[in-house]
Amino acid sequence: MADMSQSTPTREASPAPSSKPPLRIFRNLNAKLAATPMILTALVIFVGCSVWTIVYSFTNSRLLPKTNFVGFDQYERLWSTKRWMIAVENVAIYGILSLIFTMIIGFFLATLLDRKIRFEDTFRTIFLYPFALSFIVTGLVWQWILNPEFGVQKIVRSLGWESFTFDPLFNAEIVIYGILIAGLWQGTGLVMVIMLAGLRGIPEDIWKAAKVDGIGTAKTYTHIILPMMKPVLVTALVLISAGIVKVYDLVVAQTAGGPGIASDVPAKYVYDSLFQRQNLGQGFAASTMMLVMVVIILIPYFYLQYGGKKAK
Amino acid sequence: MDQIVNPSISIKNLDLSFGAVEVLKNLNLDIADGEFVVLLGSSGCGKSTLLNCIAGLLDVSDGEIHISGKNVTWEEPSQRGIGMVFQSYALYPQMTVEGNLTFGLRNARVPKDEIAARVEKAAKILQIEPLLKRKPAALSGGQRQRVAIGRALVRDVDVFLFDEPLSNLDAKLRADLRVEIKQLHQQLGNTMIYVTHDQIEAMTLADRIAIMLNGNVLQFASPYEIYNHPANKYVATFIGSPTMNFIEGSVHGGKFDSALGTHSLDGYDFTTPSPDGPAWLGIRPEHMATGDEAANKPIQLEGRVEFVEPLGSDTLTRVTVGDQHMWVRMDGQAQVKIGEMIPIGFSATQAHLFDTTTEERL
Amino acid sequence: MSTATQSPAKTPRGPKPKRAFSPANIMIYGTLFVVSIYYLLPLYVMVMTSLKDMTEVRMGNIFSPPVEITFEPWVKAWAEACTGINCDGLSRGFWNSVRILIPSVVVSIAVASVSGYALSFWRFKGSELFFNILIVGAFIPYQIMLYPIVIILRELGVYGTLTGLVMVHTIFGMPILTLLFRNYFASVPEELFKAARVDGAGFWGIYVQIMLPMSLPIFVVAIILQVTGIWNDFLFGVVFTKPDIYPMTVQLNNIVNSVQGVKEYNVNMAATLLTGMVPLVIYFVSGKLFVRGIAAGAVKG
Repeated sequence: MADMSQSTPTREASPAPSSKPPLRIFRNLNAKLAATPMILTALVIFVGCSVWTIVYSFTNSRLLPKTNFVGFDQYERLWSTKRWMIAVENVAIYGILSLIFTMIIGFFLATLLDRKIRFEDTFRTIFLYPFALSFIVTGLVWQWILNPEFGVQKIVRSLGWESFTFDPLFNAEIVIYGILIAGLWQGTGLVMVIMLAGLRGIPEDIWKAAKVDGIGTAKTYTHIILPMMKPVLVTALVLISAGIVKVYDLVVAQTAGGPGIASDVPAKYVYDSLFQRQNLGQGFAASTMMLVMVVIILIPYFYLQYGGKKAK
Repeated sequence: MDQIVNPSISIKNLDLSFGAVEVLKNLNLDIADGEFVVLLGSSGCGKSTLLNCIAGLLDVSDGEIHISGKNVTWEEPSQRGIGMVFQSYALYPQMTVEGNLTFGLRNARVPKDEIAARVEKAAKILQIEPLLKRKPAALSGGQRQRVAIGRALVRDVDVFLFDEPLSNLDAKLRADLRVEIKQLHQQLGNTMIYVTHDQIEAMTLADRIAIMLNGNVLQFASPYEIYNHPANKYVATFIGSPTMNFIEGSVHGGKFDSALGTHSLDGYDFTTPSPDGPAWLGIRPEHMATGDEAANKPIQLEGRVEFVEPLGSDTLTRVTVGDQHMWVRMDGQAQVKIGEMIPIGFSATQAHLFDTTTEERL
Repeated sequence: MSTATQSPAKTPRGPKPKRAFSPANIMIYGTLFVVSIYYLLPLYVMVMTSLKDMTEVRMGNIFSPPVEITFEPWVKAWAEACTGINCDGLSRGFWNSVRILIPSVVVSIAVASVSGYALSFWRFKGSELFFNILIVGAFIPYQIMLYPIVIILRELGVYGTLTGLVMVHTIFGMPILTLLFRNYFASVPEELFKAARVDGAGFWGIYVQIMLPMSLPIFVVAIILQVTGIWNDFLFGVVFTKPDIYPMTVQLNNIVNSVQGVKEYNVNMAATLLTGMVPLVIYFVSGKLFVRGIAAGAVKG
């Protein structure tokens, strides 16, 4: 104790609480240093880069970014481009269907696995393994399965149904459904696992109460359990939605946007504008529109989160 | 209370707020060397916060903290000369008992043989020598808390801080360890500050108890004083189980008027010269006499039994007097029937009077 | 069973008779079985196709097993498949991916775990705000940040290099990993941290000596998350690297979707399987930890 009081004579002498406290910036200095990468990422990349792109989306930059502001010209051009309209339409169809099917299939599979069945781990492993694979691998394998010369179409025809046609990847009208099949195969397992975690979080007493009240299993799931899982459902919804807007790899691998431009999506439109067609302004405007889409999706999410807290 | 010349711990005008929430308000406390002080209060009263401030785990908003004569307000916890024991034991799970005991000393670069000597001594005092090579997961709750105490012990400090150390243990073990902590204090003679919400722990362990509410110390006195002369209605209610009975009325010229009649307060030691006005009269259930004894008491009432809780050693009886419910602690052998009318008596010397508005003792 | 010995007239007594094949069970297992086939089919098709030679691929259908098993496509995919003028197979992409993977995983986890630790125990003014920006940032489409990042990397002189890509993976891995670690450290009792401070350990001392040893499981979860995520990345690989260090996914796509030459479907499928092999092995080996990783990232988020 003795040497300690010697080592801090100034503090010992400080009598009144009104004397200056240690400098604020240096308090917790290590923590601030350690968090620097996080702060830089948040401010420079997530905020800074996004704002930069939004600002430059109002310029007529082509090969290089220029500060020649042209107002909403890029956006007007964007929304009058057929290719962009197709891309938006595709992502809308893909998004809505993928949301509906992933949620339904994911919940359905989760309830099946929740029934205290045997081989639960095996089934779960089977349903989830596609999620471990990249969209490139997913796209390529479904490209092969849906190949009309060798895949499903050929097999059905060889079974005797000669006029059977199922060539989504070569038919501009239905190509997005071909991509949807692959997307569902890859993504439903994730939603199932999230839903299953949600189901397992429901207290056992709820089931006992439902049983005592004589409510059937299916009805318990739809009327009691599902409403209780609201936070999990919202999370799953947000995860799927955020993923949908970013869909890129899958399309590149499975169809490369074809046939023609029939399976183009906004993410691909942005990439091509920025790095293939030297049309930076269009790329910036299109990516800003992607951000707007995400914001539109996220607003109800925050509303639901906020509303959920208020209800408690 | 202010007569302590060289306080071991001295807290001066301490303020702590989190944003707009004031947790501690202009708090002053002087603790003598070697004293065992218990900070008692219900959850949210600021007792653990105060302990964390003393330990240096929370930065104060204003005020000073002195430990062993040194202003430690801005010191790191490890530099304050304190050892701390936590409710959840807070043992480092991946280290052995020995590793847990020596971690602080190794950080302070204490020489190896010194460390060994201190560990040996602490382990002997706490009888945890056979456990030194084990991991915390392989210990029982009581053993873990012993190791946690040992971790404070090896630091060889003047002040021990206990943050509800027994709350995670079952009732039997809690009683045993309570005795051990008391013995440890007698053996070591260190200053100890002990936070709890359990009034039995507080009454049995403390030299002095500080009863806290909303960041203020309501009363800082010996257990005897707190029980017999509670400074206000809150303290009176907080200590004692079942809680004190209260009759609303008014003091008027040495008499107490209420719906139950007018009773003389002869023998009551007033703390204020002019006590007249609206007041609560409080009387502890154990100070209410029944049966023949009641007849010998200066203040007499009659109550209808509505509820009986036989505890074996005692019988707790709830009675209605007028329109008022009261608890009465009776002998364990007492036989009372629901609906029966029983005589109740007590004397003013054992009663407590509190001002209705300020709730301060009269 | 007991149903045979007990006539229904008797009062119910003892264990309630259960039927092993109740309609409900048949429905549950039947459905699970059929759905399993849908999920397993692509894997089966990949394996079968990759073991056939091209004549058999053209003759048969994609579901039929190979008449004659050949490993030729695998060899070709690994060592001879062409991307542009290079014909040294996917092995190059594989090693590129390994070279990208190891530093990216190490750096991203090191940075994020320290951030998560600081956010849990050493909050400072604004730390929660930065964290919230980080989490909201995870939902911003990457596309909007791509070009400015290219500029930043070019200014730093690391555009198109391994270092640049490692930085990008560290940046975009940060939200989920920081969340993962923050949530984990939040579950560590605060008293443990307080005890360590009383024992005189500082920021790094507590991290290295107390927190690291007790958080190995969460590190494994983070590693699984990052290895699969980075291995499967395509977009960052194609934007931020040059052809000589293209990761495996990019090279795979270039091989399979190249318009020149005759399509060798068996080689393509072997290449696809080779690329999917690393995450699949991790998935099957890690089992429940993989599930825990995505659940931790998803449910708590």
